[in-house]
Amino acid sequence: MGEVAAVTRLLETRALSKTFDGLEAVRRVDFRLETGEIRAIIGPNGAGKTTLVSMISGRISPTSGRVLFKGKDVTGLRAWDRVALGIVYTFQVTSIFKNLTVYENVALAAQRRLMTGALSRLTRPQRTLAEHVQAALAQVGLPDAGDRHAGSLPYGHQKLLEVAMALALKPELLILDEPTQGLAPEEIAALSRLIRALSRGVTMLLIEHNMAVVLELATKVTVMDKGDILAEGTPSEVEAHPDVQKVYLGL
Amino acid sequence: MSFEGHLFLALLEGTVTGFVLALTALGLSLVFGVMRIVNVAHGEFFMLGAVIAWYFSTMLGGFLLALVAAPLIVGGAAFLADRLVLRRIEYKPESTIVATIGLLYIIQQLVLTVYGPYARPVPAPVYFRLDFPWFGYSGYKLVVAGVSAALLVATWLVVSRTTLGLYMRATQQDREMAQAFGVSVHRVYALVFALGAGLAAIAGALVVPVQQAHYLMGLDALLMSFVVVIIGGLGSLGGTLAAAFLIGVSDGVVSVFFSPTLAKIVATLLVALVLVFRTGGLFGEEGT
Amino acid sequence: MRRTRARAVWALHLAIILLLLGLQFVVPPFHQVMLARIMALAVYAIGYNVLLGYAGLMSLGHAMFFASGMYATGLTILYFGFGAGAAFGLGVLASAGMATALGLVTLRASGVSFLIVTMMFSQAFYLATLYFNEITMGDQGFIISGLLPPLWAGGRELAFSDPAVKYNLALVVFALCLLLSLWLTRSPIGRVLVAVRENEERTRLLGYNPLSYKLLALIVSGSIAGASGSIYTLMFSYVGSSFASILYSIYPLLWTLLGGTGTTLGPLLGTALMTYVVDIASGLTSSYLLLVGATLLILIMWFPAGVMGGIRARWVRWLP
Ligand SMILES: Nc1ncnc2c1ncn2[C@@H]1O[C@H](COP(=O)(O)OP(=O)(O)O)[C@@H](O)[C@H]1O
Ligand SMILES: [Mg+2]
Repeated sequence: MGEVAAVTRLLETRALSKTFDGLEAVRRVDFRLETGEIRAIIGPNGAGKTTLVSMISGRISPTSGRVLFKGKDVTGLRAWDRVALGIVYTFQVTSIFKNLTVYENVALAAQRRLMTGALSRLTRPQRTLAEHVQAALAQVGLPDAGDRHAGSLPYGHQKLLEVAMALALKPELLILDEPTQGLAPEEIAALSRLIRALSRGVTMLLIEHNMAVVLELATKVTVMDKGDILAEGTPSEVEAHPDVQKVYLGL
Repeated sequence: MSFEGHLFLALLEGTVTGFVLALTALGLSLVFGVMRIVNVAHGEFFMLGAVIAWYFSTMLGGFLLALVAAPLIVGGAAFLADRLVLRRIEYKPESTIVATIGLLYIIQQLVLTVYGPYARPVPAPVYFRLDFPWFGYSGYKLVVAGVSAALLVATWLVVSRTTLGLYMRATQQDREMAQAFGVSVHRVYALVFALGAGLAAIAGALVVPVQQAHYLMGLDALLMSFVVVIIGGLGSLGGTLAAAFLIGVSDGVVSVFFSPTLAKIVATLLVALVLVFRTGGLFGEEGT
Repeated sequence: MRRTRARAVWALHLAIILLLLGLQFVVPPFHQVMLARIMALAVYAIGYNVLLGYAGLMSLGHAMFFASGMYATGLTILYFGFGAGAAFGLGVLASAGMATALGLVTLRASGVSFLIVTMMFSQAFYLATLYFNEITMGDQGFIISGLLPPLWAGGRELAFSDPAVKYNLALVVFALCLLLSLWLTRSPIGRVLVAVRENEERTRLLGYNPLSYKLLALIVSGSIAGASGSIYTLMFSYVGSSFASILYSIYPLLWTLLGGTGTTLGPLLGTALMTYVVDIASGLTSSYLLLVGATLLILIMWFPAGVMGGIRARWVRWLP
């Protein structure tokens, strides 16, 4: 059994904890993710969801505990090295290069995959790069936005741009932190379709407040509260869980 | 002179230097702390104080008047600089540095034009000598130390006991909060900038009888003040004082026994390293 | 569309180099010397701009790199009889070494701390040139004219005292550094540098180590500054500690701000304007540095984008 698990287990955290000035934002969390899942993490504001995935992506370092990716301990790896391994994170509060064009934003991500040797760092593989950028923009539904200033995009489109940047990095594990926040209903529908389509090749870790999206997309749901994992299961199991109803759904 | 004589002289000189340095650096530190900006022109305020002291002593009614006039004139100029320049660039840290470099050259070169390239002394207002077993020592230097000490105490009283001081501390701790409580942050900034400049100016005026007034004397004052502020900690009165004495005395001792240039090299490198390796950087909010 | 823009950019830069090549045949001797000096110093500004304009790091310590290039070149000629080529190479190497060392220590700091720290290290370097005055001859400096064997090209002797030789040496170094900076800033590396400047955390999460890119920018910047100091030494045969003083850290900042931070042609323009203005002013008054101060103040208050930045914002969007 251990062997099978080792093959399909993409991500594991062991007793992962983060303390901010005495506040335990994440408390000894053991979290497992199998390859090919669409996992949703839900929980009230301040539950520690962002903190947990930030430690997975290497954005912040844990106070204690370990992170394993494909069975390898990556706790000591910095964020940029984890990106190279395929762990990609999109920010809850959009973080894009507002003063650069949309094209440049995505190109920065796309060229990371193309920059393999010393030579490719110095020359610009213009055509290939442009193709990659265009593909990523088309995927999120912004095919014509390339020449616009990223900061001039409406908020929802800035979120989509972040998703495009993440896609251009060719992730194996894509962490989306509240991607539908601020999107219009039809944009949410489009993004849901995209996430489902992508999930054939990419494992998804999704922090999401929109329960309709969660129920529709997730293969499994993790519920967090006050830094702990409260429950875990299929969407319907979790929905029926009494503690979850009390804490999260407010029923 | 014997070794003890040298050492005693070094300690004495260091103490006097420490007092003056503390006064100069305190001005820089207040500006640093409350306004969160680096004033590169601080040394020029020191120099202006010295030059104004020379003018007053030789033409305008004496040295004692200079001690009052120098800080007022320089403080007024700084107040204007804050209103006309710093506020305009919104106190952005890097723009402020460029702007105050600009002010530095403007002040320095105007003084060169008006006052000339001379190093000119002023007779000390008091003449007495203290006789030690090894040497006689200028009484005026001790007066400088005494006046500096009095001014340091006065500044401390302003910061800790007055309404302006309260506003200053509030602004230093949380600018938005202070504003929300009705503190006019802009006025506090202008006054602090003037106060900082005034302290430098009076320090500059005090040392003219010992050091002579010269249009290039500001750079050294600036660098030494930086050293003190960085070692002593930002906007901390006690820290500034302690660091000024540490630097003053060690500079005095090292300069007597070794080359003053070597002493400066070592001090500068040490302080740069302190700044790099102290987590939190200059303002306690930078770094990783 | 992006491709045609790229052509226009390279064409513009080559045209400016050709223009400078041609100018020496038409301008009077005085301006030929001025232009040669401007080109040599513009190299310094180009180097400074790589760090400030693209990586977004403001340094007040570049005199250290400029002077490293100078001293490495001057001292090896003075004491070891090096030829011009070897001395120049050493100048660039020395400044690259200084930049690497400084970067490894100071890049832990950012923003204003970085500025102050670079200033202090540079000041320590300046004091060291005074302290070791038995070797460097401190303030007074030393002269290397007559010590340099002339260059040979195509069977002709090229003496360093010949103004035409000075001009074309400066032009070659200038052209190389200008094209290098253009190429770097348009390369994938340049794109990452801009990203680090704009949003460091985002860049980290896109898979780049910001520190190594900043270090790279500092090394390139310092090496170009050193090349400038080195070629300046070969052209004017004088080395002295005043070139290591704070003023020489402020100059490239001024030139870059004036010409336009983050534009490839700004450094040349800023250096040219300021050199002429200071030259005219210093003929009239000994307080010509007043102009330096006033220009800095005016730029930062009203024209933070500089001349080329203004042109780019208003008229020619594709300017790099
Ligand atoms: N950088 C930080 N510094 C201090 N406290 C933080 C920081 N980031 C998050 N927190 C705190 O940690 C707790 C968890 O936050 P977060 O992980 O963002 O929750 P969620 O994403 O589930 O809403 C909150 O109480 C939050 O205030
Ligand atoms: Mg969150």
